[in-house]
Amino acid sequence: MNDHLIIDNKKIENRLFIGTGKFPNKKILRDVLQRIKADVVTVALRRVDIESKEENILDFIPKTCRIMTNTSGARNAQEAIRIARLAKAAGCGNWIKLEVIPDNKYLLPDNAQTLEATKVLAKEGFIIFPYINPELSTARRLVAAGASAVMPLGSPIGSKRGVKTSELVKILIDEIEAPIIVDAGIGYPSEAALCMEIGCAAVLVNTAIATAKDPVAMACGFSLAVNAGRLAYQNTTKARGKYADPSSPLTGFLGETKNRP
Amino acid sequence: MSTLKATIILNGVKQTIIGAGTLLELINLKKLNKETIVVEKNLKIIPKEELEKERIAENDSIEIISFVGGG
Repeated sequence: MNDHLIIDNKKIENRLFIGTGKFPNKKILRDVLQRIKADVVTVALRRVDIESKEENILDFIPKTCRIMTNTSGARNAQEAIRIARLAKAAGCGNWIKLEVIPDNKYLLPDNAQTLEATKVLAKEGFIIFPYINPELSTARRLVAAGASAVMPLGSPIGSKRGVKTSELVKILIDEIEAPIIVDAGIGYPSEAALCMEIGCAAVLVNTAIATAKDPVAMACGFSLAVNAGRLAYQNTTKARGKYADPSSPLTGFLGETKNRP
Repeated sequence: MSTLKATIILNGVKQTIIGAGTLLELINLKKLNKETIVVEKNLKIIPKEELEKERIAENDSIEIISFVGGG
């Protein structure tokens, strides 16, 4: 099936993006990425714990994957810009999941600061995937500033509350030309399928897979759902209706009698 | 043995470093792999190829950062 997403002239076959946090261990993460043939994975940047040498996560991510570094920990545009530049210097490319989050309770992003950071980073050649509260004006401004995609949240990060914003996400899909990728809150495969059915270009899932009893099995479930939703989006012709529209003929019923005098 | 000594802030912790005059020496002293980290000195990113010549001075604020799992 020739249905890939192109961002930054790179072909993305797998529309299930994987976040790499919270996995029980890095070997399981590698198993997940290999099993579903992941194309895009997110990582974060943190201070090295100098006293305890940890395994390097990059050793567990297949070389075929494209790394997207998030700017988690940034509370304003300046901090996000700093983290993005560090990520590039660290040698993992220039794809940035731009998140600016001043709120620790709900981890909801600051759209205005995200826009400010996008303006700066896009000019520096970064490929920006901004994480936002789904809001049309902001999305338009982000794309005008050079964002390569828009990542509206479904519900708070790690909450598994589902895609509570689907009506607003649909508006972005209808009005924004750049790919719309739902990130955060997707708890079950059916919710990933819903995102794809309404026309999302991809979804990003982390917690629901990483914290599953068997993350590899759950990732396979999500992968099937993403593909199913995508196929439905591409092949749906008839809109939802208010009334019934029978699938079986309404004539020729057994026992049917013609009008008799 | 080197007599180099400087008190710096390394990843937010004030400490005295003995025996490292450059950032590369500091990385080696701490047994880190320079290929998997990025170093920022006084808010300036130091490219890997410059770690060898970038000297450590008293009161420098140095951040050593690497990739971790994240969503």
